[in-house]
Amino acid sequence: MKARVTVTLKNGVLDPQGKAIEGALRSLGVEGIAGVRQGKVFDIELETGDKAEAEASLKAACEKLLANTVIENYRVELI
Amino acid sequence: MKSAVIVFPGSNREGDVVRALKQAGSDAQKVWHAETELPKGTDLVVLPGGFSYGDYLRCGAIAGRAAVMDAVRAHAARGGLVLGICNGFQILCESGLLPGILMRNANLKFICHRQFLKVERNDTAFTRAYAQGQAIDVCVAHGEGNYTADAETLKRLEGEGLVAFRYCDAYGHVTADANRNGSMNSIAGIYSDKLNVLGMMPHPENLIEDLVGGTDGRGLFESLVSSFPRAA
Repeated sequence: MKARVTVTLKNGVLDPQGKAIEGALRSLGVEGIAGVRQGKVFDIELETGDKAEAEASLKAACEKLLANTVIENYRVELI
Repeated sequence: MKSAVIVFPGSNREGDVVRALKQAGSDAQKVWHAETELPKGTDLVVLPGGFSYGDYLRCGAIAGRAAVMDAVRAHAARGGLVLGICNGFQILCESGLLPGILMRNANLKFICHRQFLKVERNDTAFTRAYAQGQAIDVCVAHGEGNYTADAETLKRLEGEGLVAFRYCDAYGHVTADANRNGSMNSIAGIYSDKLNVLGMMPHPENLIEDLVGGTDGRGLFESLVSSFPRAA
């Protein structure tokens, strides 16, 4: 079973990297971009084929390491 | 006073910290991160600066979960002293020993320069050799030192006197210009609730010799050593 975990900054947390990317897109002449927030994607291969077991492992992975929940949200998708 | 300086893969300031501790009169030794216990009789644990685990994932995130950190947490819970400098401060935040997080500097630049810090209080084990409100001349070298916490945490830190140092000018004035990384409330260092854990971004261990331009950093290490009665 495979999963994709997406970690993003919570709303309201300043994202200077996203701002810099936004500025770079503007200077490249890419139009129509109203804002950019940068995040992280983790593609994870699971040992189990059981959905509940996989979800429990992924939740533990996010809470313990992948996301710092002070500033970040995470989203888990089984694929 | 016995101190243990924890070394992670990618730490690079452990030698400077050991030197500063020994100069102040501490018996300092390095401890590898895979150890599960601290050396017997450890009074102070230091997490030095550097780039533990290459700053992968988030600065200090992986080191914050290393085997030795359980022993460091237990030491702190017993009231033992813990000092985290620069990457060590990031590790303390990631390990849950201190609240908040150090984000990318607001100007996105790695900053490396001399920096004055205002000593907020001098009644702790870390600062008794300084005067309250004194501006000490040390230095900073980091890309992620922008202290950030939620409004409630910030209010608690301020209300309970847990801010240790703020970025200031040479006269001790906390100005926007002196806060080069964008930290909330110009915070350069914070204490834990019981004042036994200190995390700070600047490097006091860099300024301990006239040869390199100053000795204001000595006070921190001298404070720590003087907190313990001398061994016979």
